[in-house]
Amino acid sequence: MEPIEDELSDEGALELPSEPMRLNMGPSHPAMHGTIRMVLDLDGETVQALDIQPGYLHRGFEKSCERGNWQQVFPYADRLNYVSPMLNNNGYAAAVEKLLGITVPERGEYYRVILGELARISDHLTCNGAGAMELGAFTPFLWMLKLRDFIWDILEEETGARMTHSFARIGGMAMEPTENLRRNIEELVPKFEKTLQECEATILRNRIFLDRLEGIGILTKEHALDMGVTGVMLRSTGIDYDVRKAHPYSVYDRFDFEVPVGHDGDNYDRFLCRAEEMRQSLRIIRQAVQQMPTDGPVSVADVRVVMPEKMNVYNTIEGTIAHFKLVMEGIKVPAGEVYSFSEAGNGELGFYLVSDGSGTPYRVRCRPPCWFNLNAAHDMLVGGMIADIIPTFGSVNMIGGECDR
Amino acid sequence: MGEVKVLESGESGFATTRFEALLAWARKYSLFQYPFATACCGMEFFSVASSRYDIARFGAEAPRFSPRQADLLWVVGTISQRQAPVLKRIYEQMTDPKWVIAFGTCAACGGFYDNYTTVPGCDKLIPVDVYIPGCPPRPEAVFDALILLQEKISNGNREPATVPPRELEGLSQLRKKVNA
Amino acid sequence: MSQRVIERLQAQFGERIVQTSNFRGDDMALINPDSWVEVATFVKTDAECALTHFTDLTAVDYPEREPELPRFDVILCARSLEKRQRVILKTRIADGQSLPTLTKVWAGADWAEREVFDMFGIKFEGHPDLRRILLYEEFVGFPLRKDYPIDRTQPLVPYRELPGQVTKLAPFGQDEGQPWGRIEWHNRLEGGDRQVSPAIAVQVGQKRALSETSAGEGGAEAEE
Repeated sequence: MEPIEDELSDEGALELPSEPMRLNMGPSHPAMHGTIRMVLDLDGETVQALDIQPGYLHRGFEKSCERGNWQQVFPYADRLNYVSPMLNNNGYAAAVEKLLGITVPERGEYYRVILGELARISDHLTCNGAGAMELGAFTPFLWMLKLRDFIWDILEEETGARMTHSFARIGGMAMEPTENLRRNIEELVPKFEKTLQECEATILRNRIFLDRLEGIGILTKEHALDMGVTGVMLRSTGIDYDVRKAHPYSVYDRFDFEVPVGHDGDNYDRFLCRAEEMRQSLRIIRQAVQQMPTDGPVSVADVRVVMPEKMNVYNTIEGTIAHFKLVMEGIKVPAGEVYSFSEAGNGELGFYLVSDGSGTPYRVRCRPPCWFNLNAAHDMLVGGMIADIIPTFGSVNMIGGECDR
Repeated sequence: MGEVKVLESGESGFATTRFEALLAWARKYSLFQYPFATACCGMEFFSVASSRYDIARFGAEAPRFSPRQADLLWVVGTISQRQAPVLKRIYEQMTDPKWVIAFGTCAACGGFYDNYTTVPGCDKLIPVDVYIPGCPPRPEAVFDALILLQEKISNGNREPATVPPRELEGLSQLRKKVNA
Repeated sequence: MSQRVIERLQAQFGERIVQTSNFRGDDMALINPDSWVEVATFVKTDAECALTHFTDLTAVDYPEREPELPRFDVILCARSLEKRQRVILKTRIADGQSLPTLTKVWAGADWAEREVFDMFGIKFEGHPDLRRILLYEEFVGFPLRKDYPIDRTQPLVPYRELPGQVTKLAPFGQDEGQPWGRIEWHNRLEGGDRQVSPAIAVQVGQKRALSETSAGEGGAEAEE
């Protein structure tokens, strides 16, 4: 038999289809990151064009906030980034306090930091765990969720709910910390280290895992800045921007912690950044538990903002009136606009609040970090293969509640 | 042995032959789930499926992400108006026998998202067998729902049911005292 | 802290910066819509401002400001990575007026402008792909405008008929929320200005919305 010659293009050559195939990665898909629809134009396995369609979890957060009081926004704000709800609570409470011009007492700030960092750890655990699971590593997912359940036990003892606590209040927190907080945190530390070490020993040397994460989903620095990317996605490109360090708020300037920064902007960097951030968050929590004053108020004592004590409400006329006005009319936030930002699980969570002087919010705009992260993810995905969409999209940590609000 | 009659999914009534009882037993302890997860309840769903609250001991662990292969549709989280056609289509693509669990308040009745964009409960789109209230429901409530569904499968009962909350000792005594 | 940016803006543009303010530490500059792209490009490219990190673009609806002032406020937030300064740029446009796009300045304005279009109906000229992003294409209306009632649903799939269904009282029941403090905007704009619960005659807590002056001026303290 003669060898096949190269020029077969004239007659009888096989014509392969050359139009791109349109594939729908629909809103309900097993990558289990909520609901996103991606319409892909594929050339074989390569993604040539991509249309990301968010909005399948649009729940009308901004319009719902205009219906009630300033305090009634807290449950809605909780469900924005629902894997780290305390961070959203803290961010929104800080925004209203900025408009009011009040400061929360120290003990309240420390308490916010502790619960917020616990929420951040559970956010990163879920992201890394789910990311590993989608690549086939189911065991680290179970271990990380086991650890997340330990954290949720602590949060349940403190706030009363495992998730979506609605525990922050304008002017402080809903209740004081329990006596067991310090002991629970100390008991968590060895479990934390052990679980993280086991998970990393399992996957971070695995050739397949590394091949699927390294060099995939690369984001450049300039593009990240242009797109408004913040959080772990920005830090993985090499830019050192963490709101807690750049614009210190609350009591974050009193803690000694580092911010992990990557250098390639690929999925592997994001995975490692999140793992290291968990360790730094635990460091912050331990320092906060040491430094937190053991007594003192958790909320501001101003009855125009914080509900008075129940005994005062039942026994004094001032307490009754203050309670009545707060419940019926809401906190009378002075007229003005303010933009307040904090570091949430995914990046810079901003709240642009507009008040008209009454107890009803005029406009509550949430600046969602993963909205802009997802916009930037478009360019990370084009040019790669379908199989690369899974780890890349997982490392973006798109949380539907925050993205679509 | 008697006539072998295969129960249709819509029929109620109790199993009359041992074959039907066997079929119901097999179905209820090997539910293949389709987790239609949208929102925050999805996080509790992860917890339910992982090692502490282990749904595998009820036989309902295996998620099948194709509606053709699944028989239990978990509607987990808020259904927005934009998502509604998707949910309906997935339900229609599932083959009989199929059951639906509405996990969470948003799936059961729309939750506190009473606005232009939320469907007030997925039962406005598809028939639901068990409702689990809670925002998000505790994993124990999810297991109550799953056991309730398994009993309904073995009875052949298709009436919708809601999971009652577990009561603390003191609370149920207080309730009796108040209502007496 | 970000006073530098405001000074540079005033030095460069002079009269075209209509108003500046610093409320609770946020530096804000109000400009006219025709200088929108130019000012934005300047704050990004100028070496002293260097606001290369895009933060947010959004809008606020003040229907009661018409006809003295245009209805919408479009707000842009940007920050500088190296200098750690931020600015909020604001402009006012009327209903039906369109604004040039900022996608050529910061690429992140892409989805932000699509969302503003979806929620408010403000069009951006030159945007590569201006279509609805959070809502579906069949949706009619712009929900975040004050005259869109919150409970007007437009179902894509008709609801099933369920036996024994309780219809809710309108709107969502009389006891919902705080009837004193809540403002029903679509009632007020239609001239009704009714409370949710008509039995309550005294209208406590319903003040007029923001007057013509910008919110930055004279932020009053919390009243008793």
